[in-house]
Amino acid sequence: MAALRTGQPDDPTVSTVGIRVNDEMSELTVDNRTSLLDALREHLGLTGAKKGCDHGQCGACTVLIDGRRANSCLQLAVMVDGQDVTTIEGLGAAEDLHPVQRAFLDRDAYQCGYCTPGQICSAVGAIAEAGAGWPSAVTPADSLGIEGTAGLDASEVRERMSGNLCRCAAYVNIVPAVLDAAREVSA
Amino acid sequence: MKAFSYSRPDSVRDAVAGVAADREAKFLAGGTNLVDLMRLGVERPDALIDVRHLLGHDIEPTADGGLLVGSGVANSDLAVDPRVRQAYPVLSQALLSGASGQLRNAATVGGNLLQRTRCVYFQDVTKPCNKRQPGSGCPAREGSHRDLGILGTSEACIATHPSDMAVALAAVDATVHLTGPGGERTVRLEQLYRLPGDDPSRDTTLEHAELITAVQLPPPSALYRSSRYRKVRDRASFAFAVGSIAAAMVIDDGLVREVRIAFGAVAPRPWRAHTAEDALRGQPADAADFAAAIAAELELAEPLRDNAFKVDLTRRMGAAVLTELAEAQQQGSGR
Repeated sequence: MAALRTGQPDDPTVSTVGIRVNDEMSELTVDNRTSLLDALREHLGLTGAKKGCDHGQCGACTVLIDGRRANSCLQLAVMVDGQDVTTIEGLGAAEDLHPVQRAFLDRDAYQCGYCTPGQICSAVGAIAEAGAGWPSAVTPADSLGIEGTAGLDASEVRERMSGNLCRCAAYVNIVPAVLDAAREVSA
Repeated sequence: MKAFSYSRPDSVRDAVAGVAADREAKFLAGGTNLVDLMRLGVERPDALIDVRHLLGHDIEPTADGGLLVGSGVANSDLAVDPRVRQAYPVLSQALLSGASGQLRNAATVGGNLLQRTRCVYFQDVTKPCNKRQPGSGCPAREGSHRDLGILGTSEACIATHPSDMAVALAAVDATVHLTGPGGERTVRLEQLYRLPGDDPSRDTTLEHAELITAVQLPPPSALYRSSRYRKVRDRASFAFAVGSIAAAMVIDDGLVREVRIAFGAVAPRPWRAHTAEDALRGQPADAADFAAAIAAELELAEPLRDNAFKVDLTRRMGAAVLTELAEAQQQGSGR
C-alpha cells in the first residue's frame, strides 16, 4: 500500500507519499517539510482539521492515525506514508452523523466552532482509549485502569480531553457531550 | 524550516551509518519535539533518518523478571501496560501526567528521553542562548527563570530537563540500551544525561549517531511496587512540571529499609537525590526525617531571584510524598 518514494531525481527534499485518508488512497508529492495538517488542508482540500497553534499545544489539528488520535501539525506527511488517517470529514456525513458529532450538536458543545473538529476527533480517540480500559492521570493509582467507557466521569473526561483547548470555553458543554457519546458508543 | 532529505532505512545499522556520515543529520521517531523545534528554527537538520519503524514497539519480559521496553513504544502504551501499572506505578503515573493524550500516542520512549528543554530562550531563535548557540550568553539568569533549574546548573545554563518519564525511570534504576557506530552499550539512566558546565550544547552523553534502542526495567520488587509520582504544575493538566518527585520506599519495623528519590523540573537532568537517600536508609520513617534528608540534598541548590520557591516546594513535596508512601505501607496496602 505504501507508495513512499523519497527524493525526486533532481531534488532530495521532495517525496511522493501514499496515505489512506478517510478510506481513500491518496498519492501526493510533497516538500518533505509539509506537515500532515498542511497536506490534508492544502493538498487534499480537507479543511476540517484546523491550524490553531501549529505547535501541538491546542489540539485543533487532531486527527486519527491508524485509529489513534494525534496532532497532525507535528506529523510530517512523509512520516505517515502507508498509514490510515481519519479526519472529521471521514467520521460521518451530514445525514449520518457520528455519535460524537450528534452529541456535540445536542449539547451545544461549541461557540465559534474552530476547535470543534479537533475536539470531536480527540473525543473519538479518548472514548476508544477508555473502551480499552486505559487509565488516566486521575484514575485511582491502585487500579490497573477504568472499566471501559462506563468508568468515565466528568473528571476523567476533563483530564483525557486536556490536549484540546477552546478559547470560547465551551468546556461546560463539551464534557457532557463526550459523556453522552461515550454511553452511546458503548451501548 | 530548512529543507531536508527524508529516508527510512531498512535496518538500525543503516540508520546509524546514515546519521554517522552526516553531522547535520538527525534521527526522527515520533516527531513531537523535533518537528516543533525545526519549525521554530531551533533544530536545522539537512537530513532526517526516520527510525520509528525500526525501533522496538514491544514491552518484553527479561530473563531476570524485569521488562525490556523498545524505544519505539508509544508513551501511552507504556503508561497503560498492566505490568508497568502494577510493578512500577511511579512510571505509569509519571507518563500519564505528561503532555496530552494526542502527544502521548505519537511520542516514543526514546524520543521522550531526548526531548529538549522548554526554556523560553532556548526555543526563541531571536534571543541568545548558550545551549542553542554556544557562547551567545544566557539571558535567563537575569530574565525569565521562574521555571528553570536550582540544582546542577552552571553560569552558562540553567535549563531543566522537561521529561516526567525520565524522572520515574531514574527512581526505578532503569538502564538505557544504545547502538552507535562503535557498537552497542548500556548506561544507567542517570548516566545518559550530562550537566551543562561550560558546554550546555550537549544534553546527553550520547555520541553523534548513537541511537536509543531500549529501556530496561529491573526485576519487580516491593520497593518499586511502593512508588508514586507527584507533579506540581500551574494547570491541572497538560502543563510541564514546576516541580516533581518520583519516589519509592520500603519501611521495615518503622525504619526506612530502602528508598529511591528523583526530582524533576529542578535540574538539567532527572535529579536522583543520593544524598537524601543515604541520609534516610536505616533511619526512622517520619515526616521530620524526610524533610531533613531532602533539605540536606538541597544544600547544593543555587536558586535565583524568581525560582528560590523551588527549594521550599521540593522539600515540602518530597516530605509529603514520602510520608504518604510510609502511611500506605503502615496501612498494609503497599502502594
